[in-house]
Amino acid sequence: MKIIYTDTLVVGAGLAGLRVAIASKERGLDTLVLSLIPAKRSHSVAAQGGMQASLANTIKGAGDDEDIHFQDTVKGSDWGCDQDVARMFAHCAPKAVRELAQWGVPWTRVTKGDRQVIVNAEKVTITEAEAAHGLINARDFGGTKKWRTCYTADGAGHSLLYAVDNKAISLGIPVHERMEALSLIHDGERCHGVIARCLITGELRAYIAKSTTIATGGYGRIYSVSTNAVICEGIGQALALDTGVATLGNMEAVQFHPTAIVPVGILTTEGCRGDGGVLRDKDGYRFMPDYEPEKKELASRDVVSRRMTEHMRKGKGVNSPYGPHLWLDITLLGQKHIDTNLREVKEICENFLGIDPVKNWIPVRPTQHYSMGGIRTKANGESPQLSGLFSVGEAACWDMHGFNRLGGNSLAETVVGGMIIGKYVADFGEQNNLVVDTDLIAQFGKQLQTEVDQLIEGEGTEDPFKLKAAMQKIMMDYVGIFRNGPELELAVNQLTELLDRSKNLGLKCKKRHANPELVEALRVKRMLKVAVTVACGALARTESRGAHSREDFPQRNDQDWLNRTLTSWPDANSLRPEMSYEALDVMRMELPPGYRGYGVDNAIAHPDTQKRQQQVEAILAELGDDADRYAKQAALMPFELPEEYQPRNQRFTDTLAKTDAESGEK
Amino acid sequence: MSQARTLTFSIFRYDPQEPGDKPKMVTYSLTEAPGMTVFIALNQLRETQDPSLQFDFVCRAGICGSCAMVINGFPTLACRTLTANYPDGHIKLMPLPGFELIGDLSVNTGKFMRELSERLALWLHPNSADNDIHSIETPMSPEEATKLYELERCVECGVCVSACATKQMRDTFVGAVGLMKIARFELDSRDTRTADDFYHVIGNQDGVFGCMTLLGCQDTCPKDLPHMKQIAYLRRKMAAV
Repeated sequence: MKIIYTDTLVVGAGLAGLRVAIASKERGLDTLVLSLIPAKRSHSVAAQGGMQASLANTIKGAGDDEDIHFQDTVKGSDWGCDQDVARMFAHCAPKAVRELAQWGVPWTRVTKGDRQVIVNAEKVTITEAEAAHGLINARDFGGTKKWRTCYTADGAGHSLLYAVDNKAISLGIPVHERMEALSLIHDGERCHGVIARCLITGELRAYIAKSTTIATGGYGRIYSVSTNAVICEGIGQALALDTGVATLGNMEAVQFHPTAIVPVGILTTEGCRGDGGVLRDKDGYRFMPDYEPEKKELASRDVVSRRMTEHMRKGKGVNSPYGPHLWLDITLLGQKHIDTNLREVKEICENFLGIDPVKNWIPVRPTQHYSMGGIRTKANGESPQLSGLFSVGEAACWDMHGFNRLGGNSLAETVVGGMIIGKYVADFGEQNNLVVDTDLIAQFGKQLQTEVDQLIEGEGTEDPFKLKAAMQKIMMDYVGIFRNGPELELAVNQLTELLDRSKNLGLKCKKRHANPELVEALRVKRMLKVAVTVACGALARTESRGAHSREDFPQRNDQDWLNRTLTSWPDANSLRPEMSYEALDVMRMELPPGYRGYGVDNAIAHPDTQKRQQQVEAILAELGDDADRYAKQAALMPFELPEEYQPRNQRFTDTLAKTDAESGEK
Repeated sequence: MSQARTLTFSIFRYDPQEPGDKPKMVTYSLTEAPGMTVFIALNQLRETQDPSLQFDFVCRAGICGSCAMVINGFPTLACRTLTANYPDGHIKLMPLPGFELIGDLSVNTGKFMRELSERLALWLHPNSADNDIHSIETPMSPEEATKLYELERCVECGVCVSACATKQMRDTFVGAVGLMKIARFELDSRDTRTADDFYHVIGNQDGVFGCMTLLGCQDTCPKDLPHMKQIAYLRRKMAAV
């Protein structure tokens, strides 16, 4: 078996993985990326709407800053997030946007003067400041107090991925394409790299590195209908599970996006609603104001998805051969706006539905979209159990999204998380030696070789395609938007049965090189473990928080469940994982748990909440009214960042004040 | 509802790694479903009839560019091609020409695009050493930003390369994809390269003067990029150098 050595190994060539690789290469470390596909085809490319960063260039973003972005993110997470991480993130997001502009992203820019926008289904004229002309623009998204989502038309993911991949190419970072990592090499304490299989030749290779970063995206494809690319199968999470040591966090936290087209589940961006589109039922009636009078269509994604489902359950959905759906109406935005700012949406409507969204309503329904759970990491991106194993982006539970992610925060997390964690990965590479234990490498190589041999030569009878379809249906039917005890129990039982059957897979195609059936068989066993982990986590969590909504436990229960689910799989032959919980420390929170702003406030309070609230008030009172927001923040919850990212973010309102002051002096 | 049709797929099969294997066309039948795309059909064929069938899809939504192939003689994205587009129900699938064949309908566009990018230096060469990310960004005219995005929408699917006669005759030709990307950076006020710099890269038969203006690129581009206009624009620029 060929062995390739490097300092930094990154598995996954989407935005998060590439950004980590760039940080490592810029520090002079030998860096190598593995990818199933060419980097520019990664699922990051599909992000349409944009990335949140509190630049505050537009009139509707005036007054925005890191504090408000932080608060929106924590509330959006239903207090399930790591507040340190949310702080690190909110602070660095403006830096990431500006860096991306320097790397070539043609961000949509502010035009000075009057322009017409649609707010709450009505035309409104807003006036952009003269001094903001040419600065980076932002649009409205759900669950945010300010217009904060920076974008390039509705191809933000495309622009970002192309700029970041171009940067990686300019630095000469090699991407080994069509290579699939299938196991992590580790000794129980330290990760040493991966064993990967070439999807063209079938060759097994060992990649040995000081650090290994998993950036393989989410696990949406364990569901039958998902907005995710077909490669988002959770293999990264499975790699961590298979170590038996590393933990996954909050795997039950799975987000459904309100507006994917029916039946194929392709996404139409939240920008449709952010820009003024509305939802309508079978009678053409705009129903969201009845449920959420304040935020309407721009409530958090989990809330809108549930309200849509509730409304369809009342018989208000449009009947179709694929079940009921609702309408997304963007006709009021007009042709010019749709042709320039929502052109991907328009193309999707034309190609897959044969309709023109300028004139016709779009058939939509909530569809699996985002994995908040993933490989549990510390704030520096490293696994708490396996040193040298890092994870970033949707693959990780770095945990800035908690139980519900805000639109525009995932694209932001990829590059912001990548830049921050990239620094820590580079630090690790500088401070640690390459450890090579040839016995260990051979042992893991042999293990995978045996697995392949058994699949090719064995007498198994189970069809990998059928097992996968069965798993996807169970997840969709029983581990979806609304969950309950009996259905989740059914899901766990049926999934573990499938996992058991996956030990008896048999292949019709016996090729050892490019063999799609073998690829499927290797993946389905791993995906089933991920699916069982999600279902077990959902069954155990007897409360409703963010996207995890239990009909039999409708309250957010901070008293018993203000914690993070941790799952590991220590016994490879077992059909179930081991679960434990990691408490969130209310006494360290900058923003103690409170009302999120939707529906009835039915949360069961944590015993520390009131205590911490009083403490926060006391700290602020002691600082006095003169203290600036930075001092207040530092007093409430100090957080760490790599030194280069510590400076404050300048905003154009700061320069205005300065110019005024300067001219005043003259 | 009327009875569903039976579709006939005639698919190119060849495994270059299998000793003795010869290229051939193989016919499959499949019952059409409402809204069926070539993506859905190929997956059904693989899952139920032939698990060795090789093809590439990633986003299956017309965004990533991975699934370009030749469908009834026309190179295009398979994911967003509806089977209903073919009234007689006969669909012939061939791999994209001009790229290394991996097997059946799968070709190595990624390798091609990376090499092209390295050869033409297809990344932004910023016009200042100023890399302060904490201060206000340099303004850019909103019109320029929109124009850049218009040219940047290329998904590297390879369709333009496969539809280009010059490329079929001269392997070193950079193709419409290379020229479009050069045009995108040429237009970018943040990029320091001048027309003279670009001349060294594309001012020859492998570049802008090799194009025979047959416009296969423009006719087939799934993103409707203005290849003709950009090639003409670059020619004028290069001729002036």
